[in-house]
Amino acid sequence: MTPMNGFLQICIEIGMVILLASFVLTVWRLLKGPTLPDRIVALDLFGLLAVAFIALYSLWDSKPVFLDAAIALALVAFFGTVAYARFVEQRGRDLGPDRGGPAHDRD
Amino acid sequence: MTVTDIMQGLAGILVLGGAFFCFVAALGIVRLQDVLIRMHASSKAGTLGSGMILLAVALYFAEVSVVARAIAAIAFLVITAPVASHMIGRAAYAYGVKLWEGTVLDEAEGRMIPSHEATPPAQAAKPAETAADLR
Repeated sequence: MTPMNGFLQICIEIGMVILLASFVLTVWRLLKGPTLPDRIVALDLFGLLAVAFIALYSLWDSKPVFLDAAIALALVAFFGTVAYARFVEQRGRDLGPDRGGPAHDRD
Repeated sequence: MTVTDIMQGLAGILVLGGAFFCFVAALGIVRLQDVLIRMHASSKAGTLGSGMILLAVALYFAEVSVVARAIAAIAFLVITAPVASHMIGRAAYAYGVKLWEGTVLDEAEGRMIPSHEATPPAQAAKPAETAADLR
């Protein structure tokens, strides 16, 4: 591992700024999202972006140990998404479409 | 211009590309019309973006342990992202989210409608009744 050259440094900093903008957009959808599944999709993407950001930070800091955190976060985000999806699916089946998420017109 | 310079330049380009695709995913989640279409943006573009950034990490460190971990993380993302979005899609449809007006084909229509509209399976019948009582 050699010291980082200027180009990579600048690329990482630009990438961090772009990722921060993506976080803002995702959180906007998380807060606004008209239905519960919208929020779950936003949360899923938030986990993915967090994995990317941790990888970027490990690059920026030249410390590969943070990759373990990225892997663990990917695992936890996946299980969280699956758990939320099962919860919402069960709730949708139990309570029907006129609760929370309105059904589209089927007739 | 040494080999490490080339590797670092490649890693920089991968970082920029990955960040760009992450941004595309976030933009898609804000701008697209309904949940299922938004999921299309978030799962594919988000996985590609994270994968490119992890690949850049592997290229920069170029040690066996780090490369193995980065590739494991990429493989994990590639394996889990379709499963997660499939489950969210099922859940969203069963929840009864409103589809976009421009939807031309709904192949799941009539197959996955919530239990109180369809002939309920024996397992789902009981909770539906209790929910009706609560209402």
